[in-house]
Amino acid sequence: MVTTKETLQPEVLEAVVIRFVGDSGDGMQLTGTQFTDTSAMFGNDIATFPNYPSEIRAPQGSLYGVSGFQVHIGSVEVSTPGDNLDLLVAMNPAGLKTNLYALKPGHTIIVDTDSFSKKNLEKAEYTSNPLEDNSLENYRVIQVSMTSLTKEALKDVEGLDNKSITRSKNMFALGMVYWMYGREKEHTIDFFNKKFKTKPHLIEANTKVLNAGFFFAETLELIPNAYTISPAKMDTGTYRVIMGNTATAWGFLAAAEKSGLELFLGSYPITPATDILHELVKHKHFGVKAFQAEDEIAGIASAIGASFAGDLAITTTSGPGLALKGEALGLAMIMELPLVVVNVQRGGPSTGLPTKTEQSDLLQAMYGRNGESPVIVIAASTPADCFNYAFEASKLALEHMTPVVLLTDGYIANGSAPWKIQSVSELPEIKNNITKEAVENWHPYDRNEETLARNWGIPGTPGLEHRVGGLEKDSLTGNVSHDPENHEKMTKIRAEKIKRVQNYIPDIEPEFADSGDLLVIGWGGTYGSLHSAVKLINEQGYSSIGFAHFNYINPLPKNTEELLKRFKKIIVCELNNGQFANILKINFNGLDISQYNKIQGLPFGNNELIAEFKKLVD
Amino acid sequence: MEAIKEQKYTFKDFASDQEVRWCPGCDDYVILRSMQKALPEMGVKKEDVVFISGIGCSSRFPYYMNTYGMHTIHGRAPGIASGVKLANPDLSVWITTGDGDAMAIGGNHFIHVLRRNLDLNIILFNNEIYGLTKGQFSPTSLVGQKTKSSPYGNTQPPFVPGELALGAGARFFARIGGNVPKEMSQLFVDAHKFKGTSLIEVLQNCVIFNDGCYTKFTDKKVKEDMQIFLEHGKPMIFGKERDKGIVLKGLKLEVVTIGENGITQEDLLVHNAKEQDPTLHQMLVRLEYPIATGIIRSFEDVTLEEREDALTKQVKANSKFKKTDDLFFAGETYEVK
Repeated sequence: MVTTKETLQPEVLEAVVIRFVGDSGDGMQLTGTQFTDTSAMFGNDIATFPNYPSEIRAPQGSLYGVSGFQVHIGSVEVSTPGDNLDLLVAMNPAGLKTNLYALKPGHTIIVDTDSFSKKNLEKAEYTSNPLEDNSLENYRVIQVSMTSLTKEALKDVEGLDNKSITRSKNMFALGMVYWMYGREKEHTIDFFNKKFKTKPHLIEANTKVLNAGFFFAETLELIPNAYTISPAKMDTGTYRVIMGNTATAWGFLAAAEKSGLELFLGSYPITPATDILHELVKHKHFGVKAFQAEDEIAGIASAIGASFAGDLAITTTSGPGLALKGEALGLAMIMELPLVVVNVQRGGPSTGLPTKTEQSDLLQAMYGRNGESPVIVIAASTPADCFNYAFEASKLALEHMTPVVLLTDGYIANGSAPWKIQSVSELPEIKNNITKEAVENWHPYDRNEETLARNWGIPGTPGLEHRVGGLEKDSLTGNVSHDPENHEKMTKIRAEKIKRVQNYIPDIEPEFADSGDLLVIGWGGTYGSLHSAVKLINEQGYSSIGFAHFNYINPLPKNTEELLKRFKKIIVCELNNGQFANILKINFNGLDISQYNKIQGLPFGNNELIAEFKKLVD
Repeated sequence: MEAIKEQKYTFKDFASDQEVRWCPGCDDYVILRSMQKALPEMGVKKEDVVFISGIGCSSRFPYYMNTYGMHTIHGRAPGIASGVKLANPDLSVWITTGDGDAMAIGGNHFIHVLRRNLDLNIILFNNEIYGLTKGQFSPTSLVGQKTKSSPYGNTQPPFVPGELALGAGARFFARIGGNVPKEMSQLFVDAHKFKGTSLIEVLQNCVIFNDGCYTKFTDKKVKEDMQIFLEHGKPMIFGKERDKGIVLKGLKLEVVTIGENGITQEDLLVHNAKEQDPTLHQMLVRLEYPIATGIIRSFEDVTLEEREDALTKQVKANSKFKKTDDLFFAGETYEVK
């Protein structure tokens, strides 16, 4: 069935949003990743959003078992995975049912008709077949019997079982989409050659199916028209596509090399942070010591031990894990040891929504410990800048002798984007507070006058033998002290030490407007959504809407208050119930602060944000 | 090669300037002094020694040692010590812990540190009571024991620490009374020499909350009759008259008297601490009369840091990545012009 017939004429588009959906075993993540990488190499700017169930293989064909991968490619700057779809590739009825809402009217759906069996339609809770009941008449539907065509393409390949044949149909879909957007197949064929090095029949099979899909799209007039997307204008340089969690891991590798220290990771697997562990365990060649501990507590405990012994020590986790680490984080804080805790936030509370994104651990990061226990809190804003903030977290921890909590989230951690590769030689220097040899009258709590960072005496150094611990310490000798005045003094020193970090972090610079009617505020992983929404509304004739995005949360940049006062109204947009808004309200009086909060486990869309901004300025 | 300068310490070199604050008469003083005397015998440099503790009376120990030390949080010393050792395998790392710290709040870390077999040492101060929180029952308190939190008698059956440790894969387990400093010191030296995790359980008397809990085994007058001090390669003989011994009867250990029922010394079990199979060691730690002291198990195995080190060397030798830039610029990169 062909729903529209148009003359074949390539259409030049600025940006396109595509979503691949199917069963969680259909290989949608792989299909999406391949399309992303190929487009990035073609020179497009990209942003991706994988969305998958928390079950590894949810029951086949079920609505909750649908796995999706959304990619936004553009010849212009692309900062979000996009709101509405230009193309939906649905490998089964459940995928179509759960994703159709996002497709723009008049745009294209590709479906595998073979999967629209009575059984699958029932599982997707369709009472009649949407391909036959005219319910899709507002869309271009391209019906392809993908499973049969895949089988046909593979009839001569030996050594394949039925399962391998059916499972490669995702490559048929990918082949079709490659042709539609004028992409080369070579990158993906190279990928097969590497992935199936020892299984030549799988290289042959996947390549055949990819080609079959590509040529199918080319030869048949079923494809209404072809689209081209030109390369984007980006800074010159060498790029690669990187996932947020990988960028985080690499930021630590760079920090270890730059600081001259060895990297130690103590960690326990937890979604969506585990990929950082997966990445760092690979890098024994750089001397990385990655220790999978028996639980979250032992993960941070081992990192504290490694820090005491002189390593650049980190621990990685997500919300529930940070809760378990709280007591040990307080210990690192009072011992004033350098330590980075990465929290890849997910939907909470409790187990919450493990595979979905949220920004609801901010207050936990700030205050989730007993006693007066301030630590540095910073947040990364895009998949690629996870690299910079992992590096920065390490630098701050080492230079200021304190734990640092680095917040990312499931959205940027699993999303990928082009990363302009940074050579370690271009990165800023990282100092440390190590006392290299014995000095007269050395005390572990002697401090650097400017930063208030204490001395770091490392076991193995003769003459610096000393004891630290969780009991309050005398401000001079570092011995245990229960003296009332000393406790107050030490509490204030530890707070002041964190406050002085303000002198070492950049001021916050607003985008789009320096002053005016409305300042849109965000922090962390929502940068892409907020940036693109504020950009769009300013393009719609509004000119005094500014955007300030915070990466440094404790302490806040020095000029924060001054900036906030330059705008008549402020709206703080967060994927939580208003945690950063509360921090601003505690710190600054007399400001008109509104909130826009979304707690659905999903990122912001442009339209909802723009509608909200208009309410405040119209 | 320049001759290595021999630095001879005395016990005073290992005493910190801090006033020791345990209750007068506490066995902890014996442990502290035994350790300060053992360290000069180990041939280890003061700056290479690290004591790590959790929470409890036993955990004040690092403050009194003039070495590197960390007094951390309840139950977590094994995790912290593991990080220290993995970061710098050249250090001599010691954990001081108690029955509550190790087997209640820190039970998970305790079994895993034993399983992994890093080359570090654990001294377990077992007084069958919570001291620092002032007298609640612990995971080694006896059923029926009256404590502040069990005024009508404890209803929770105890762990036998050795049984738990061997079950978790401990390679070195020793037990010693809290009133025999010389033997204790020697055990500390032996534990240091042992390559792998060593665990020493000290039957430590708490003079305030559980005084006399070990008297029937450790009192000078009865100790030879009530303890069998095991030595590798020697027959299992005990008693003031050296006339009692241990034999294996069926699946149980049995006490016999030499000279009765035709029993001679040849019939007795000979202690093999180095046996890989822990079955007999398990029987020995469970023995209620006499109780077994000395080194019960000492089976040398590959350590975690040896495995890690070998893997790292192998990966380094085979890798094309020397600097992080090699990794960053490798694989699928592209140029934007």
